[in-house]
Amino acid sequence: MPSFVIVEKCDGCKALDRTACQYICPNDLMVLDQEKMKAWNQEPDQCWECFNCVKICPQQAIEIRHYSDFTPLGSSTIPLRGTDSIMWTIKFRDGKTMKRFKFPIRTTAEGSIDVYKGKPEADLSKIKEPGFFNNPARAN
Amino acid sequence: MEKEVCTWSFCEKPAVETIETDFLIVGGGMAACGAAVESKRWADAAGLKVTLVDKAAMDRSGAVAMGLSAINTYVGPENTVDDYVRYVRQDLMGIIREDLVKDVGRHVDDSVHLFEEWGLPIWKKDKEGHTVDGQTAIDEGLPALKDGGQCCRSGRWQMMINGESYKVVVAEAAKNALGMDNIYERVFIVKLMVDKNDNNRVCGAVGFSVRDRKVYVFKAKAVLIACGGVVNVFRPRSVAEGQGRAWYPVWNAGSTYAMAAEIGAEMTMMENRFVPARFKDGYGPVGAWFLFFKAQATNAAGEEYMSKNQERLRQEYPGYADAPGTCLRNHAMMIEMREGRGPIYMHTDVAMAELAKVLSKKELKHLEAEAWEDFLDMSISQASLWAATNTEPDKKKSEIMPSEPYLLGSHAGCAGLWVSGPADLAPPEWNWGYNRMTTITGLFTAGDGTGASGHKFSSGSHAEGRIAGKSAIAFIIDHKDDKLEFARDVDEVIAEIYLPFEIYEKYKNYTTDPAVNPNYIKPRHLQARLQKIMDEYCAGVTSQYFTNETSLKTGLENLTMLKEDAARMAAEDLHELMRCWENYHRILAGEAHLRHILFRQETRYPGYYYRADYIKIDDDNWKCFVNSKYNPATNEWEIKKVPYKQLVS
Repeated sequence: MPSFVIVEKCDGCKALDRTACQYICPNDLMVLDQEKMKAWNQEPDQCWECFNCVKICPQQAIEIRHYSDFTPLGSSTIPLRGTDSIMWTIKFRDGKTMKRFKFPIRTTAEGSIDVYKGKPEADLSKIKEPGFFNNPARAN
Repeated sequence: MEKEVCTWSFCEKPAVETIETDFLIVGGGMAACGAAVESKRWADAAGLKVTLVDKAAMDRSGAVAMGLSAINTYVGPENTVDDYVRYVRQDLMGIIREDLVKDVGRHVDDSVHLFEEWGLPIWKKDKEGHTVDGQTAIDEGLPALKDGGQCCRSGRWQMMINGESYKVVVAEAAKNALGMDNIYERVFIVKLMVDKNDNNRVCGAVGFSVRDRKVYVFKAKAVLIACGGVVNVFRPRSVAEGQGRAWYPVWNAGSTYAMAAEIGAEMTMMENRFVPARFKDGYGPVGAWFLFFKAQATNAAGEEYMSKNQERLRQEYPGYADAPGTCLRNHAMMIEMREGRGPIYMHTDVAMAELAKVLSKKELKHLEAEAWEDFLDMSISQASLWAATNTEPDKKKSEIMPSEPYLLGSHAGCAGLWVSGPADLAPPEWNWGYNRMTTITGLFTAGDGTGASGHKFSSGSHAEGRIAGKSAIAFIIDHKDDKLEFARDVDEVIAEIYLPFEIYEKYKNYTTDPAVNPNYIKPRHLQARLQKIMDEYCAGVTSQYFTNETSLKTGLENLTMLKEDAARMAAEDLHELMRCWENYHRILAGEAHLRHILFRQETRYPGYYYRADYIKIDDDNWKCFVNSKYNPATNEWEIKKVPYKQLVS
């Protein structure tokens, strides 16, 4: 593990143009077994447990079984990431305690960032001065 | 051992794609995204092309891949830039490049303002002085930071954010600015290329796809390398599955330092390191608990370790202990642990009980969510560890502990490359024409790459990337007629990069188990040996962060043989090929670190590492930078002192 793929839920992203977990993993760990059409984590001891595969999986087929070095079994941490917020459901090892949180993740629509809209052009006569294309540097 | 070369007798030649560009950005983290957004605007005005190459997917690459719960550098209207410089100098024990730090300080707020504009939710203080999250702040019509909105400070320079998607937002801006046609994801750059007529002039980079058997050759007039710091060069505290839970991103392989070193770039302060004291094992952040929730940390006997050791620190390190920096706070903790008074506990329960006395039930509920969010935004495993150990922070204290060492230039550390400073701030000897250009003509860096300039964190790295990106475009405009040609035959470089495939295929059938074979070394084995050497001889966890000259020299001998063995790296597939070259980069970065520690005959950073044979801070002889240069042709290192200069009173 640390991230693991539930056999019954993973469909290999066959309806999508790419395998979501494989696309996103920052450490190139998630791979698709082409024969079985199931994803798996090829190097669990290099997993940062960043949850990016968990968050992106369209089937919710990926969860984390936390590092065996120090994490007792029995708890779970499940995110549900939407376009503007994330919901977390955390179950304790004791089977009783449960926490639910919802946090905002962005205040603009996904994909909407238009970096230069309404911003000045770069003034090449100032390229060797302090400051950015849009604003001067502060004095102190 | 006989030298192995790739003659394509056992592995097939990959396809090669050559890309010609003007400005090449290597990396996709905060600094690289900053460079993309800024340089593209200037490049458009000058009719130049910008290309970015990232070994992962930009949405979730770099140190902010998981998110962050705070922005740690925002000067804001209430502070001065000079005060920021003083704080960084104090924390990094008096030796920083003040021109570079001041330059970050005067630029950083603009990046934070852009993050907010792009959609990063930033906690605010409402009219009654209550804390509200970033979305509520907008719903309530509170002004943006740039329009006088009040952020929620968790320390003088820090502010709280809802940062789960911090990197997604910053990456989206960079991707939309450059256009995906100019971005290559999942391409791992292994080597920088220099010019045939000037070996001190960068002119491109070569790497490979980690998805297909394909090599990418980039030709450029200027290159920015911003591939982060170094993680897992030391044996971590968790040695099995848990070694993935590094405090800094486990994929940071020292490529920034190693690739630059291999073409002769000067490095600075590579002896510096960062040893974060964090919640034990999950490495959850402590900053909010200390600064925002006002929690105390004690030894096993319940004694607050900082106040207890304050006087001792003053005696041991006079002049540095009145406002102790990060390493000295570690030092106080380590004293307690070494003398048998561990574990160290963060009293989250006491802090929450104190806050409960003054807060309403609703506010307290909000506070509990904030405590969990602090972990869930940036080190989720720590939240899970609370759940797995039935720990509710308001009911039970948690252990904290200093981690294994990391090399970096953007957090509370300052290892990195020696760069040219801003023309209006740098003294003449620190300015060779282009801000953030390394000693290699045309090679720029930012973020973890820039040495002697720590405490930039995510926002400062983005701002520094922008500074470097703009400066690189200025360089290209001045050098647009340069005729550049690779000094090395590119086919030879490709053969070198693919050599681990050739070696594996050539020898794999010699033994019944290809994992154990006397003809080669697998990347996993290379990494384990490196970690053991660094840990045992170069002041790792095992020796309680202590070392001495004899130990370092023994470590160097072992490291030299490891570097020789790296010529026999073997890879079964593209993933392993990436691991091979990552670990090769780690070896070079680790060697630089060891050699610098050997050279600096004092203990400049007690609590990060100790030279047992020179246990004091020696300002008379060592209040200076240590710079080094590697010559790959002779395998020799030049190391020297460079005078420190105070620019801010």
